[in-house]
Amino acid sequence: MNPLRISTYTVTSAVGAGRAAHAQALRTGATGLRKQEFDTNTLDCWLGEVREFDVPLTGALADWDCRNNRLAEFALNQDGFLDAVAACRTRYGATRVGVFVGTSTSGVQHTELAYRARDPQSNALPAWFDQRRTQNIFSVAAFVALRLALRGPALAISTACSSSAKVFAAARRAIAAGTCDAAVVGGVDSLCLTTLYGFNALQLISADVCRPADSARQGISIGEAGGFALLDPGAGSSLALFGYGEASDAYHMSSPEPGGKGAIASMRAALGQAKVAPREVDYINLHGTGTVANDNAESRAICEVFGTATPCSSTKGWTGHTLGAAGMVEAAVSLLAIEHGFMPRSLNTRIKDPAIEAGILLETRFEPLRQVLSNSFGFGGSNCSLLFGRLT
Amino acid sequence: MTAVYVETVGLAAPGLPSWREGSATLRGEHPFVHAVLPLHTPLLLPVNERRRATPAIRLAFQAAEDSMNATALSAASLATVFASSDADLAIIHRICLALTATPRFISPTDFHNSVHNAAAGYWSIAAGTRAASTTISAYDGSFAAGLLEACLQVQVDGCDALLVAFDLPAPEPLKPTRPIAFPAAVALVLTRQPTAQSLAALSCATTAAAETPLADTALEQVRLGNPASRALPLLQRLALRRFEGVVLPMAAGANLSVELSAP
Repeated sequence: MNPLRISTYTVTSAVGAGRAAHAQALRTGATGLRKQEFDTNTLDCWLGEVREFDVPLTGALADWDCRNNRLAEFALNQDGFLDAVAACRTRYGATRVGVFVGTSTSGVQHTELAYRARDPQSNALPAWFDQRRTQNIFSVAAFVALRLALRGPALAISTACSSSAKVFAAARRAIAAGTCDAAVVGGVDSLCLTTLYGFNALQLISADVCRPADSARQGISIGEAGGFALLDPGAGSSLALFGYGEASDAYHMSSPEPGGKGAIASMRAALGQAKVAPREVDYINLHGTGTVANDNAESRAICEVFGTATPCSSTKGWTGHTLGAAGMVEAAVSLLAIEHGFMPRSLNTRIKDPAIEAGILLETRFEPLRQVLSNSFGFGGSNCSLLFGRLT
Repeated sequence: MTAVYVETVGLAAPGLPSWREGSATLRGEHPFVHAVLPLHTPLLLPVNERRRATPAIRLAFQAAEDSMNATALSAASLATVFASSDADLAIIHRICLALTATPRFISPTDFHNSVHNAAAGYWSIAAGTRAASTTISAYDGSFAAGLLEACLQVQVDGCDALLVAFDLPAPEPLKPTRPIAFPAAVALVLTRQPTAQSLAALSCATTAAAETPLADTALEQVRLGNPASRALPLLQRLALRRFEGVVLPMAAGANLSVELSAP
């Protein structure tokens, strides 16, 4: 495929709001994870909560008010993203700019609150509960389209933790086919009890902080995040999406195929599409959730495709696992790495698990990068790999 | 862009229990009679997954299997696009209810089935395919958004694709907050090249035009009763081999114009 230029991008997570906060924290090693309270959570775990965003939406956006759309709104306001989209809208027209947003749970936290406020007699949900504009999976994509005054094709992709990697693939297809001229892609997922207690039911939540690839890792720390990128073939930026790969495990709903066969297929598809050899990839941002099964399977896949020398790390030690937003967050990390010339270390990894043979970075390295691969995998055996680079 | 070919159709809706029976009704060969859709047993699934398959997954499989029954193409050769507004609101209900209790206990099976792409995951296991798969939502425009995404996969990525759209009613107390009148699912197998049995060539474009209704008032109620059955105007043209355009609801300001021509 022809590289698709990324005009601008933004990311907000527990690490902070915007690109600069992330570039800083990723270089210094300051995690956004904390042991803290959230809602009525009673589980002993670390959380990646975004600070200072949780204010009600008002005016024309009031009907869309819920934690997830509040986070979308806060994330859209960083890094001059609104202005960049406005310029793009003026250039192409509102109907020629698409909106593709990944989420796993959208505004389900609003439904949790509504269930607590059921009428004790009738069992009815409270009148303030607007399912369409909050809980529904499409809500966040419709909200973003409305907020950005875009009227092109709009959809939500929801493939669990690969959701907001796959938006890059969908948007690239739509632009290549002429369905739209440019696209806003993004991912937004916010903390809720559904995912906390759900992952806890699967015994995947760690009481310790998330330690990807560590020999004593115990599971994930859940985080929340929102991020967006503007894909525009006419942009002046040198950053670009070089290729994407999508594949299925065909193995199990909530465990990865142990040999990483789906991951191998998605990574090879991304490289093949970009006509880039494995040795031309300078750094891999891992899915790296910090569960025993994920990190082992992903390492096997990496070793199969790249061998053991390619530097790689998970950045979930900074952000936690931001689920449906993880693809976008780690796309942004990959782009920051290329822009600033560094490879973040595997934060919180003390002793590398001997079963993991991939080239896990225990120290941050500072050097120019040509191409970076980002992996995102999800329940249902959903795999997506994105290859980013700089056009010269 | 190049055309996409409709190989087969799968259907599972009240009174339209399969493409064979439903297409005859859509052609007007006999009147539409509303009848409750029986719960489907997905025979393609391994025993463990069949046991865990929810009504939502069974519904998606019913239309998907119906579309695969009429083609020589192997399920393993197809990329998939699953399109659903809400996937499984019964699970959302059970989880949100469990979260109001003490202690909070969520069934692990419920949680892994709660992901929007659960049906896609089960399908890849059933079909034994590592092909690309995506799952989308666009509220009442979910069928059209899924059709557009599936066509783009065929045209841009050069694969043959299976599209499956499905939704089913919410339990109380969610039901009045998300009106879905009955379960319905629609599947299309789409190919790059025409085959001996292609029903039509299809091309999609966004449009500001209004969506195409159905003339029959009973069928129009079915169309409006579920996001998946918003596909019925397209399915009626395919049933009649009437090569004309329809407009399907997709997103605010961007409906989907679907042009049909002889394959």
